[in-house]
Amino acid sequence: MIKKFIYLEWKAFTRSASFGANLAMKILVGFLMIYFSLIFIGGGIGVFYILKKMNLEPLQTVNRFLIYYFLFDLVIRLLVQAIPVLNIKPLLILPFKKPTIVHFSLGKTVLSFFNWIHALFFVPFSIVLVLEGYSITGIILWHLAIISLVYINNFVNIILSNIDKLFVVFIGLILALAGAQYYKLFDITIFTAPFFNGLYQSKWLFLIPIVFLIGLYLFTFQYFKNNLYLDAGLSKKEDVAATENLSWLNQFGTLGTFLKNDIKLIKRNKRSKTTIFMSVIFLFYGLIFFGNSHQPAVMHIFAGIFVSGGFLFVFGQFVPSWDSSYYQLMMTQNIPYRGYITSKWWLVVIATFVSTIIASFYLFYGWEVYLTIVVGAIYNIGVNSHLVLLGGAFTKTPIDLSSSSGAFGDKKAFNVSAMLLTLPKLLLPLGLYGLGLYLGDKTLGLLLVSGAGVLGFVLRNKVFSLIEKRYKIEKYSTISAYKQKN
Amino acid sequence: MIQVNQLSKKYNDTTVLNISNLEIPKGQSFGLVGNNGAGKTTFFSLLLDLIQPSTGNIKNNDIQVNTSENWKSFTGSFLDESFLIGYLTPEEYFYFVGDLRHQNKADIDALLAQHAEFFNGEILNNKKYLRDLSKGNQKKVGIIATLIGNPEVVILDEPFANLDPTTVSRLKKIIKELAENPNVTVLVSSHDLQHTVEVCDRIVALNKGEIVKDIVTSKETLQELELFFAV
Repeated sequence: MIKKFIYLEWKAFTRSASFGANLAMKILVGFLMIYFSLIFIGGGIGVFYILKKMNLEPLQTVNRFLIYYFLFDLVIRLLVQAIPVLNIKPLLILPFKKPTIVHFSLGKTVLSFFNWIHALFFVPFSIVLVLEGYSITGIILWHLAIISLVYINNFVNIILSNIDKLFVVFIGLILALAGAQYYKLFDITIFTAPFFNGLYQSKWLFLIPIVFLIGLYLFTFQYFKNNLYLDAGLSKKEDVAATENLSWLNQFGTLGTFLKNDIKLIKRNKRSKTTIFMSVIFLFYGLIFFGNSHQPAVMHIFAGIFVSGGFLFVFGQFVPSWDSSYYQLMMTQNIPYRGYITSKWWLVVIATFVSTIIASFYLFYGWEVYLTIVVGAIYNIGVNSHLVLLGGAFTKTPIDLSSSSGAFGDKKAFNVSAMLLTLPKLLLPLGLYGLGLYLGDKTLGLLLVSGAGVLGFVLRNKVFSLIEKRYKIEKYSTISAYKQKN
Repeated sequence: MIQVNQLSKKYNDTTVLNISNLEIPKGQSFGLVGNNGAGKTTFFSLLLDLIQPSTGNIKNNDIQVNTSENWKSFTGSFLDESFLIGYLTPEEYFYFVGDLRHQNKADIDALLAQHAEFFNGEILNNKKYLRDLSKGNQKKVGIIATLIGNPEVVILDEPFANLDPTTVSRLKKIIKELAENPNVTVLVSSHDLQHTVEVCDRIVALNKGEIVKDIVTSKETLQELELFFAV
């Protein structure tokens, strides 16, 4: 029976709209995946010697921070890891046993990228430990426990993924713990480090995570099995609707009409709502870079772009896919393409502008830092806003806004490959800024980046014509791609 | 109003539609019947420039649909649920389409009031988003939305499917009223021969992409069509 599932999965994978659509993008994603894998492997090997050099006991130091590692992993999963959805409804009435269906859906998550990426770090690290004379049995037991913890996170994510906004709680928890530790108020690692050390030292402690993992799997299994009904886990949640006029937007004419619609789009769909959360998180991205002397100066512009560009990256990226479910309507209404693109552009620009104003708290780090952010915003408005719209013409993955089905619903706003696509938009300003730093100083770098932004803004009409042409060329293939539902 | 010249649509080597010549004069109510795969939806999609013709072209009021977009201002259409915006309430959807067709709120309210009977109290003020309405109710919304802005061409694909018997008879009334207006050209496709015969002046039957019958509706039409499809 499992063979049948694998057959279905393989078909779903090879026939999905995004697959085979764009070879260049696949190569890029593959390349970046290799890149990140190498970083992890390198980290796994390198961390031992680096810590050793810093006169720290490697295993104990790693153990000390594992609690943060796993908490952070959970946040990332809650945000990004989509629960692979087996198309369950048609299977229910076929002669499949329910346990088989559930086992397979859960089993599918085990193979996820988010699980094996950890192996890339822990396996080399463990090997180095053994080579450096640590007890082999101890390391194997420790490793088993770590794998169990990774999978505990996997299943916790599955159970919790139905609860919205939960990742905010975890982020809050991490920030609170880290803050308390930094200011020496309360150190969580004092309590957790002995446990992680015990996994290596004692011969039985590793059983705790393993037993817990088994229990959690059984619980998840039971939970899904009991909810495998159309009116339970597979049901759609219906929201109480209220008509909103937003008539203050009427003064903007057609642009207002679209903005009204986009505001409702963002407000009323889970997928699009997540983009707002993400934009807010992006706002704080700069905290990693500014006031951190370890980061090379050239990376400041990177942060500058990101702080104001959160919405641009996570929402703009998917124009026009947000409208995919009713794209045919848009194409038959009395709308010039230009108006449609312009309204999306304005939405992105307004969001960038608002982010820049909110980001004024960076003035705390000095006006130079805030200037970098403003320059980043200028570049975002002048160049990146056009780039995301242009890229949109090629992003032909339909977004199923209405997928608010219960326990098995896939409702994550974005996937990893889409996130990776943002990187090219950062390389150009990075290059320009770096060039400025190389030839002169910071000011020259900022001037170059903002100059590019202003130039893009001035050439706006030309660029729009170009984008419009692209959209028109891609119109028919976009329509047919959007007809495919995931 | 609508002229079709040497129109064909091929997918790889399969011809799904091939109409060498077809003219639909202004004011006609035009019915398109045929089995599954006969090419009805393909024809409407070509007429709305949602897919590209392999050869030939369609002119809507002398505007070639795949070269100019000007036909959009006087054409109202509803093919399927993908014409609805799921996260809007029905009212918001009507106002949205109204805005695009340069109608103000009062115009829309008047139109909605006019069709209150058709909605049967299940559409307006129901605190539901379009995505949560039943298939039939979604269809009601889509059909009425095509009438916004008094379009000269109204295109409805399978409007009778999924509707309850009461609504079907009300819909027939609406289409007949439209057909009486000499400025409005109505195009309806259906599997249901009887409904189509009742509301259309002219019926074209498609089979495997070819026009196999083109008749002006009379008393004998239904019988003729039934005989034709009874194989």
